[in-house]
Amino acid sequence: MLKNPAHASDGSRAGINDDIGEEKRLTMYRLQVEIRESEQRAFDLFLQNLVKGTSHLSLGQEAVAAGFAAAMNPGDLSFCTYRGHAHTLARGVPIEKVLGELMQRDNGLMRGKGGSMHLTSIEHGVLGSYAIIGAHLPIACGAALRAQYKGDGDVTVCFFGDGTTNIGAFHEALNFAAVWKLPVIFVCENNLYMEYTPIGEVTAVEHPAADRAAGYGLERIVIDGNDADEVYRAAAAAYAKARAGGGPSLIECMTYRHSGHSRADPAKYRPEGELDKWKERDPIKLYRERLRQFGIAEEAIAAIENDVRRRVDEATEKCKAAPPPPLELLTTDVYADGGFAWRN
Amino acid sequence: MAELTYRDAVARGIAQEMTRDPDVIFFGEDVAKAGGVFKTTVGLYEQFGPKRVRDCPISEQAILGAAMGAAMTGLKPIAEIMFSDFFAVCFDYIANEFSKSRYMSNGQLKCPLVVRTANGAGSRFGAQHSQSVENWAMMIPGLKVVAPSSPRDVIGLLAAAVRDPDPVIFFEHKSLYPTKGDVPEGEIVDRLGSASIVRAGKDATILALALMVPRSLEAAEKLKAEHGIDCEVVDVRSLVPLDTQTILGSVARTHRLFTVEENPRLCGWGAEIVSIVADEAFYDLDGPPVRITTPHIPLPAADTLEDIALPTVDRIVDRVRRSMNS
Repeated sequence: MLKNPAHASDGSRAGINDDIGEEKRLTMYRLQVEIRESEQRAFDLFLQNLVKGTSHLSLGQEAVAAGFAAAMNPGDLSFCTYRGHAHTLARGVPIEKVLGELMQRDNGLMRGKGGSMHLTSIEHGVLGSYAIIGAHLPIACGAALRAQYKGDGDVTVCFFGDGTTNIGAFHEALNFAAVWKLPVIFVCENNLYMEYTPIGEVTAVEHPAADRAAGYGLERIVIDGNDADEVYRAAAAAYAKARAGGGPSLIECMTYRHSGHSRADPAKYRPEGELDKWKERDPIKLYRERLRQFGIAEEAIAAIENDVRRRVDEATEKCKAAPPPPLELLTTDVYADGGFAWRN
Repeated sequence: MAELTYRDAVARGIAQEMTRDPDVIFFGEDVAKAGGVFKTTVGLYEQFGPKRVRDCPISEQAILGAAMGAAMTGLKPIAEIMFSDFFAVCFDYIANEFSKSRYMSNGQLKCPLVVRTANGAGSRFGAQHSQSVENWAMMIPGLKVVAPSSPRDVIGLLAAAVRDPDPVIFFEHKSLYPTKGDVPEGEIVDRLGSASIVRAGKDATILALALMVPRSLEAAEKLKAEHGIDCEVVDVRSLVPLDTQTILGSVARTHRLFTVEENPRLCGWGAEIVSIVADEAFYDLDGPPVRITTPHIPLPAADTLEDIALPTVDRIVDRVRRSMNS
């Protein structure tokens, strides 16, 4: 189904300075490693019963988050789903804040009030992680409507899974965005499974997002979501189009989650060998090889990896030491006055 | 002071706020060029133009979702859901999204938006276009809920709703659209969370909302004239925040409480108020609180049936009289 990475390198350091360039490539590699290590740590902390509730990991899907984050401007806004740790980290939210929220500690991004499925950081342009499938596509339209109305110039991106393409809000939002030519980019991370069920078994078309694009007057775009360079290029084109007033884009990124749907899911529904096949196309492995082909020294790559691991370790220790949220948080911020009073 | 219909008050209220604040935008189905299916928004498109007054596709989820996204990022949207019954097709936004985002984000996200909707019976539209669903909204933490009964209150409460930093559900009553009332000149701004004593009385307190306010007033006049019972009528106006002080104060003076509710009986707003009064003013009461409601039924289309489903003036009079004489 997937084509091989098309960006042949000439094997020299000079080749890296193309439209993407060395700096962005190193950033994308660091982001992917940061997501991988943080997600793996979240999984390990589960096994120690230190991450409570649920969590939905993006192991194997790191290239989508990294490629888009590298193509954004700082003022751009992003919306994602409950599988949103990756997109939150990619915008620069500190690892400690994310792990702290997963561990429901006071140092978490929302001090434990939201939980893993609702990571939000306005100062990083992360306008929320949404746990009701499809809900955030119309909300992203509203953020884009504001940008268009006020001439703010920012572009909104909205990430979602393949399962989202079969709920009504997906279709309402695409039509809405197309009719009003809103500066919004819809990104489907097609990891082949809605939750436990293969998306192909419950969808009338082969590509659940891209094959619906024509219905909204949009271009059909399917890319290799495990290749951060390809993601970056598709993202950069969509951002440029949106900033130029060209309206929305819908991009389907083919990828694969290495773990189950959520903590409770061992993913036994997958056919024998499928995971192994996809692990050969592990986005981080692919990208590491590419950096080496471009002439980046092994030591430089290892330094990135070691730095990330050190930061994940430090964040973990800080989270373990952090207290739970104070009990008075129970009733704060229901209303704008900071409290929960509904009567006088 | 000029006489204005409740219908025209909607457009005047929106225009007042759009004139004041360029961040106020307004959208919904058929609201712009057509002026709304109830003609409540006639002239706004011509006055404020296509960027600020927009026709939407029949996509209630997209309408409320877009309102939320716009509100989160700095606008003050007013979104219209044509019939309040249609809340059922976009309830995720009302129940899960803009009501909870401030809390879940530990205060980071703000949703200063207004959802206007046509609520209530009397138009013979049947069970899916006639409901009073204010209690659907009242039960959700994070929302504010208002329902004006007069043209003046439409303007004042709408202004308060638009200026409020929280999401507000604004219930207009379909059967009140043609009614008229005096409206002062100039800007009108109310405060959310204030009930209004619309008729003073000493024998009993009648709490009412929206269409039930004029009915309760008419019933109060009959009760006084025909039975010598002097009722105080309180227009609750705002279910959240709820002005319990005005309600408890009235009960402390009259010692009797009646609620007149258009919503079907179970979990209607009156049940919550009666429980508050029972908790906090039990010894002020000289008799059991009485709820006068629509029965626990879907609404019928036929005029003869719909007319007896809602609390009528006669039913209010009869129920109050029997209760006061027993």
